[in-house]
Amino acid sequence: MSVWSGYLTLILEGALVTLKLTVMGSALALVMAFLAGLGRLSRFFAVRALATTYIEFFRGTSIFVQLFWVYFVLPFAGITLTPLQAGVLALGLNVGAYGAEVVRGAVKAVGRQQTEACVALNLSRYQRMRHVILPQALPLMLPTFCNNAIELLKGTAVVSLISLTDLTFQAQVVRAQTGNTLIPFTTILFLYFVMAWAISTAMRWLERRMTRGLDGVRT
Amino acid sequence: MASPIIRIDNIVKRYGPLTVLDGLSIKVMPGEKLALIGPSGSGKTTILRILMTLETISGGHIEVDGEQLYHMRKGADLISADERHLHRMRKKIGMVFQHFNLFPHKCVLDNITLAPMLTQGAGRADAEKRAMELLDMVGMADKAKAVPAQLSGGQKQRVAIARALALSPKIMLFDEVTSALDPELVEEVLNVMRRLAAETDMTMLLVTHEMGFAHDFADRVLFFDRGKIVEEGRPEEIFRNPKQERTQGFLRKIIAAGHRV
Repeated sequence: MSVWSGYLTLILEGALVTLKLTVMGSALALVMAFLAGLGRLSRFFAVRALATTYIEFFRGTSIFVQLFWVYFVLPFAGITLTPLQAGVLALGLNVGAYGAEVVRGAVKAVGRQQTEACVALNLSRYQRMRHVILPQALPLMLPTFCNNAIELLKGTAVVSLISLTDLTFQAQVVRAQTGNTLIPFTTILFLYFVMAWAISTAMRWLERRMTRGLDGVRT
Repeated sequence: MASPIIRIDNIVKRYGPLTVLDGLSIKVMPGEKLALIGPSGSGKTTILRILMTLETISGGHIEVDGEQLYHMRKGADLISADERHLHRMRKKIGMVFQHFNLFPHKCVLDNITLAPMLTQGAGRADAEKRAMELLDMVGMADKAKAVPAQLSGGQKQRVAIARALALSPKIMLFDEVTSALDPELVEEVLNVMRRLAAETDMTMLLVTHEMGFAHDFADRVLFFDRGKIVEEGRPEEIFRNPKQERTQGFLRKIIAAGHRV
């Protein structure tokens, strides 16, 4: 039993790495999603072109290749990243590209009439976005952001390929050392599920909070 | 004699191959109440939208309160207005929309205080005090904390009027403000506008299908068809004794459709 507790510690350490990757990757993805999503709605052609290129490139190539590129190719350009940095960068940029389209779609869904009301009230472009459009667009983004975050969590498994000791990597270590496949992989299956469930619960709570007042009474 | 507060001079508006306004000129005197009537697609709403800078113009000039709306001086030249110039010009003009366009995520009070606080640097206390005065005027003071979804169409439109008034514009544009309302709610909005006309000296441009209201409210009526002013004059003349055949035909159809004149 004491042997297994040692292996369990190993897997829990892996869970911590996965958690770190997910949180940091999601943070980067969120920033990228807003930068590129709002960039695609810019008045300036160059900004739109840049945002579109980013989105199409990262949606159009495999996360696996992107990760390898960041970790193994960038060093040739003199940029050497730790496995964790490479993982966060690849995951964040990849999922951010999907998120960007979510941001753009939600902003467009708010509708022209709201923008026209803002023009008639003489709000600046920034004020329109900040006080009128985004507060209405955010609740529309959340369900899809929740999907994206869960996708990102599950995507973290690819970092085991660049020797980052995440959940999947540790499970393989345990399997190699014990010859047992059932126990380590069932354990991480369960742990991934718990983390995904935590994400969707948190998102549902956030969604409830943000939509409050949109159709109910505000005190 | 005072000079016009709005001078629309030979403007052209095209959407691709479609010419909506073709060399249109209108002068509006300060304090004048102008009703724009005519069939759908005749360009009357487009004029209000152009004045609110929601559209661009394809040709011509517009002067508002002594300044070019879409142009600004650079040395001896007149160049296209930049965002800063438009921002300054929009201070003179307010607009009320057919579909209210209230901010659904903000309560009635916040809908009204948002723009004064952001664009005029008003403090919250001052902005709220002024908002409550305006809500009182439109009979909505008891709904200050409600959100738009809880209001009827007529109530929403009265809030929208208060919101536009909060910025104290010199010119107010009303774009079919009762068209989206249930018939029994039209009167409460019209009453607010009558009161507004009686109590202020604001210049008002009104696009409407309420002929009876246009008759009572306006100093002057313009009848539009296909981007041109077919006939204009005092409401009595236009409604009782229209000279142009197209005006007569339009009014006949409106009356047949059950609108009172």
